[in-house]
Amino acid sequence: MAWQWFHRLGSPRWFYQKTGAWLPWLALASAVLLIVGSIWGLGFAPEDAKQGNSYRIIFVHVPAAFLALAGYYLMAVSGAIGLIWKMKLAFAVMRAAAPIGAVLTFIALFTGAIWGKPTWGAYWVWDARITSMLILLFLYIGVMALSQAVNREQVADRACALLALVGTVNIPIIYKSVDWWFTLHQPATLRLTEASSIDPSMFYPLLTVIIGFYCMYAWTLLTHTRTLLLRREIRTKWVQQVLTEGK
Amino acid sequence: MPVTPKFPVVLQVRDLACDRDGRRLFEGLDFSLCTGTAIQIKGSNGAGKTTLLRTLIGTASDFRGEILWCGSPFPGALPVLRESLLYIGHQGGVRDSLTPLENLIWYGATRESALWALDCVDLSGFEGSLCHGLSAGENRRVALARLFLPQAPSLWILDEPFTALDAVGVATLEQQMAAHLHSGGSILLTSHQPLSLGRLASVDLSDFMVDEPLVAMEAEHVFS
Amino acid sequence: MSSVDIHPLVSGARAVPDFATFLRIEMLLALRRRADIANPLLFFVSVLALLPLGLGPEPELLANVAPGMIWVMALLATLLSQESLLRSDFENGTLEQLTLLPQPLYFAVLAKSLVHWIATGLPLALLSPLLAVMLNLPGEGYLCLFVSLLMGTASLSLIGAIGAALTVAVRRPGLLLALIVMPLYVPVLIFGTGAVQAAIDGYAYSAQLAILAALLAAAAALAPLATAVAVRISLDN
Repeated sequence: MAWQWFHRLGSPRWFYQKTGAWLPWLALASAVLLIVGSIWGLGFAPEDAKQGNSYRIIFVHVPAAFLALAGYYLMAVSGAIGLIWKMKLAFAVMRAAAPIGAVLTFIALFTGAIWGKPTWGAYWVWDARITSMLILLFLYIGVMALSQAVNREQVADRACALLALVGTVNIPIIYKSVDWWFTLHQPATLRLTEASSIDPSMFYPLLTVIIGFYCMYAWTLLTHTRTLLLRREIRTKWVQQVLTEGK
Repeated sequence: MPVTPKFPVVLQVRDLACDRDGRRLFEGLDFSLCTGTAIQIKGSNGAGKTTLLRTLIGTASDFRGEILWCGSPFPGALPVLRESLLYIGHQGGVRDSLTPLENLIWYGATRESALWALDCVDLSGFEGSLCHGLSAGENRRVALARLFLPQAPSLWILDEPFTALDAVGVATLEQQMAAHLHSGGSILLTSHQPLSLGRLASVDLSDFMVDEPLVAMEAEHVFS
Repeated sequence: MSSVDIHPLVSGARAVPDFATFLRIEMLLALRRRADIANPLLFFVSVLALLPLGLGPEPELLANVAPGMIWVMALLATLLSQESLLRSDFENGTLEQLTLLPQPLYFAVLAKSLVHWIATGLPLALLSPLLAVMLNLPGEGYLCLFVSLLMGTASLSLIGAIGAALTVAVRRPGLLLALIVMPLYVPVLIFGTGAVQAAIDGYAYSAQLAILAALLAAAAALAPLATAVAVRISLDN
């Protein structure tokens, strides 16, 4: 049946065994890509004409911001899969994605603030993009707080999934409204135009780092999901087997 | 189980297992509820009586096995089941800022039928006073008054209906239940108290308890 | 109890309350719990009265912050009253009975949100001119403040109901509810204050009001659906 793979993918045991084999490769790939990308970006890419060396923080800032947003959608989509097909694995992925996404959002905000000091002359500017990221952080925190507050795991799973979905519907509206608000209150500081034509000498190292971040994200997400699965399925035979046999 | 062709089966439960917080409460539960019969669910505290009732009304969704309403399976059959369901849970669904009369009207009763039902549960004279001024037993009777409304739905699912009732109240309720069965309704209830109803079967959840602590890895295990 | 011989007619279908009955009974409940209506309003007024004590009484300064402050306080007042929206119904079992009705939960939730708005948003909007006077809001902003609050608080009531439903089974939901719902309130806040600011500055503000109306329409269509799902999730324990 065509649904067989979907069904198999949803099996916690199958997921645990398969991903166990992927983990080392993901770790290796992210380590290599991140090291190569960082050395390339920090050491060999040319200086920016306007911003000098300070622009180099984009090698952390941009991938973190990318993944923070993508991570929210991943969380919402797995929550939706969980709600619709009642798949336990999807809920575990959703729960694992929340703290990782929150940390990435925080990193994006933090590096953005550091970058803001030499660029705008202030650590915090109520720029449209920064404000949207801040609200994204609140959305993440909301999901995490709800999952902590609801005692029963199954109820918490579904409640968080619904909240994540509601957030997903809201993200574009929030982004658009914040953007509109920003153009209304545009402060007298330099508005950083997004590097529309980034030079290849900067773009390739950035791309390397972004792919490296994606690999690292996948590795973290898988590891966290596997831990969650073990804890949730502790009463099943396969977990007992895994625990007694070591691997 | 008194399954005779004379009484068509309305609610059928096949190989039902219910979980709560990852703990299996019972499994392999089988029973059929026919028109004109009542089933009393028994079992010690924590055996899963309330969970079973909440599963059968569709509020709790964590179950394995089959539940059929008039032959069609859950959860698709739930909207149809709710058309003819009257459920009274631990919390009676009585709002204390409303009067008994207003509470019944909220349940869709007309003023006349509500007054009649309140009269049946011996609350005439109280229909205009707010429910937070009434005693626990009186509040329970407001909830149970729904059973006395004309045109009551055919399936009654009652969670401990006799709590907080006095002897007269218990007798009146039993009489009403018998009348309901007589006119072709069916009742599923939990109670620790012995009942004197005509066609009454009982299901003891203690017989379906689980001793296997570990859940085997099965295909169905994918879905929560 | 009376010993009348009772033979009820067993019918397939049950008697079901209609939307008007829901509204009527919810209104009745809101009227009986007057403190629940009064408290958010008193909060709204008293915090805004504290504001000049913190900021200083300069009329220009107050006029500058008035639109934003009135809006933020309206938002907080709505949020505070949201917690009790479903709580007592959850505790006395009425919420469970609501989910067992054959008709969609959507309408029951919509009725609740509507009554919540009538009990909080509407009085807040009606009170806003008074506070605008106290905070020295320029005269051009009054009408816009009133209209934007009227529509905006309705959206807030609808959106907040999702949070109330998600947290109804949590023991102390107060701050959690705020945390969940606040980010969802952002667009309404932005366009609400934006409209008032535009009115004060002498620009056309119909665009912002139109967006507020669009947000309200979307919230009325979608939020009760989400709330209904959330209620079922919260009850499933």
